[in-house]
Amino acid sequence: MLEIKNLHARIADDGTEIIRGLNLRVKAGEVAAIMGPNGSGKSTLSYILAGRSDYEVTEGDILYNGESILELDPSERAAKGIFLAFQYPVEIPGVATMQFLKVAMNEQRKARGEEELKTPDFIKLVKEAAGSLQIDPAMLKRPLNVGFSGGEKKRAEILQMKLLAPKLCVLDETDSGLDIDALKIVSDGVNALRAPDRAIIVITHYQRLLEHIVPDSVHVLYQGQVIKSGDKSLALDLEANGYAQIIEAAA
Amino acid sequence: MNMQTKPPRTQAEQALLDSFAEKVGQLPGDAKVTIARDRLLSAITEAGLPTRRIESWHYTDLRSLLRGVPGKSGGAARALEPLVSGTVVWPVVQGVAANPSAPEGVELTPFMDLLASGEAAGMLAARGADDLIGQLNGAFAEDGYSFSVSADQAIEEIIELQSVQAGGQVHNRFVAGFGSRAKATVIERHLGHKGESGLSSSISTLEIEDGAEVTWIILQGRGESDQHLGQLSARLGADATLKLFVINAGGKLVRQEVHVDVAGEGAHFDLRCVNLLAGDSHTDVTLTLGHAVPHTTSKEIIRNVVLGRARGVFQGQIRVAKEAQKTDAQMACNTLLLSDEGEFAAKPELEIFADDVVCAHGATVIDIDHTHLFYLMARGITDKSARALLVNGFVDELVGELENEDLVEALETLIEQWLVDHG
Ligand SMILES: Nc1ncnc2c1ncn2[C@@H]1O[C@H](COP(=O)(O)OP(=O)(O)OP(=O)(O)O)[C@@H](O)[C@H]1O
Ligand SMILES: [Mg+2]
Repeated sequence: MLEIKNLHARIADDGTEIIRGLNLRVKAGEVAAIMGPNGSGKSTLSYILAGRSDYEVTEGDILYNGESILELDPSERAAKGIFLAFQYPVEIPGVATMQFLKVAMNEQRKARGEEELKTPDFIKLVKEAAGSLQIDPAMLKRPLNVGFSGGEKKRAEILQMKLLAPKLCVLDETDSGLDIDALKIVSDGVNALRAPDRAIIVITHYQRLLEHIVPDSVHVLYQGQVIKSGDKSLALDLEANGYAQIIEAAA
Repeated sequence: MNMQTKPPRTQAEQALLDSFAEKVGQLPGDAKVTIARDRLLSAITEAGLPTRRIESWHYTDLRSLLRGVPGKSGGAARALEPLVSGTVVWPVVQGVAANPSAPEGVELTPFMDLLASGEAAGMLAARGADDLIGQLNGAFAEDGYSFSVSADQAIEEIIELQSVQAGGQVHNRFVAGFGSRAKATVIERHLGHKGESGLSSSISTLEIEDGAEVTWIILQGRGESDQHLGQLSARLGADATLKLFVINAGGKLVRQEVHVDVAGEGAHFDLRCVNLLAGDSHTDVTLTLGHAVPHTTSKEIIRNVVLGRARGVFQGQIRVAKEAQKTDAQMACNTLLLSDEGEFAAKPELEIFADDVVCAHGATVIDIDHTHLFYLMARGITDKSARALLVNGFVDELVGELENEDLVEALETLIEQWLVDHG
């Protein structure tokens, strides 16, 4: 489903290279975990997948279902089913959460040639999804993410993911800021989305999340490259021994 | 030797004089009114239209900006549905008021009657030598409404003063009195028709007595080629509140003056202003606000969206008298500049003579936030829709402060439509 080939990318502004020859394959139905020390390029990779223009791809390619997505803007990628749950969801004053959700859902439908949702159907969908994530409906009356607590923001990201039902989900540290109960609720939400035609990439620092969302593969990112891949036992190994050995072995 | 030579009359100045000469016999009023009109007109004739050399008109050189003064009569206009369905409309069609009914507790008289009887003579005066709007409107005022809300009356229904114009000239007057502890919401709505270009002036005078709470909304949606000169003056008694919303979403040349006198202790004045500017229009909002007594508060937030080659101006002058200790006055002017060719000038001016006060002002100019844009687009919202959402959000924040939900919805729809039409 996703194939990243020898990807090199730099910050558009100052030319600093962050991603330095990264390779990664994720199959449909797979849950892949990406781990790696702070500053190794995990969020940058997720932004590049989503199409953020602050980064420039200088070499390599990203294939999604066999096609390069490098030329697509973020909204086109989203319409094709790519979703990024942000490490730091953005507060947007003045834009009501419900209105945002409705516009997003309908624009994606439009881009796929589907009919727009009727308001009652839309409200029903949101209520159900919010209920399953134990999101207070009052929160949805507020401007998008404004004044949401850290954990509420993360839940709101998963709510969006549920409603938009993407095919490739990238979750950037969705576990950070969640309390123990919320971690369970959110993980259940993500697990419910596991499907043969859907791939999920979980970026995390902690094994704890991977106990809830059990990955099929684990990849270690360091200085903009995948330096080691393995199965779920790799995460346990990292938890016990840290990154030092792996980094040394790769050097 | 210093010889003052008067510059030659501009076409617009000449056209104003001509239309006065043509109309003077038909304008309503007794002898006192006629004298007042003559006096105001000669003030214009003497000084000419204000130029940038007059401080209060520095950013709006009316002499060069006022173009093509049309003849008095225009095309056929008709009243529209109210902004919020089910509300009371008091129409002024092509300058002429009707005889509508008023809600319980409100006394209503067409302004023309006050002119005819001479009662309005005292109201036809300028605020000062630089008060072109007062002079012009006083000279030509034809009709409008005078109304008063009795003390202790809470008027549930929104009252919409609806001035519709199809070209020509229209000069309206609204005189509003709110008795002690009265409550009311009034929309002053200026509409234009497409095609015909018109000149209009409109003056509203609000007397808000002790403890009264008034929400007043000026919704200026004149046509693309219209020239509109508006003025609102208000005096607030003790513990009175005025929430004034100004939305400019039309017109080619627009000046809206707001003059507020916070005259009673415990009074509060709020101004929320949304300027939606496009094309090659010029829009000027000028505020003078006086805090005359202790313990009064005011807050002004101005939000501007600038597209195309539009130019906008906000002048905000706050005067705090020596006696007016414990005044709290806050003013902010934020501009979303979406075009390299557009511009917005903000001129805040604080004159503070009291020492124990909190006064602040700030002005910012921003572009669309790219992080916001990316976030929205990452959810599948196209660049165009995402920008529209953000621009909407920038001004909706102010509209959302209104208490009446139907009103909020109507204004949001209007703003959205404007952005669709001009974005
Ligand atoms: N727009 C930018 N401007 C400057 N530096 C950047 C920018 N984007 C990323 N970087 C730098 O690139 C490196 C990788 O950052 P990134 O956020 O991808 O790391 P990360 O692996 O997600 O780290 P963490 O685990 O702390 O979230 C960091 O050194 C970061 O400072
Ligand atoms: Mg990160």
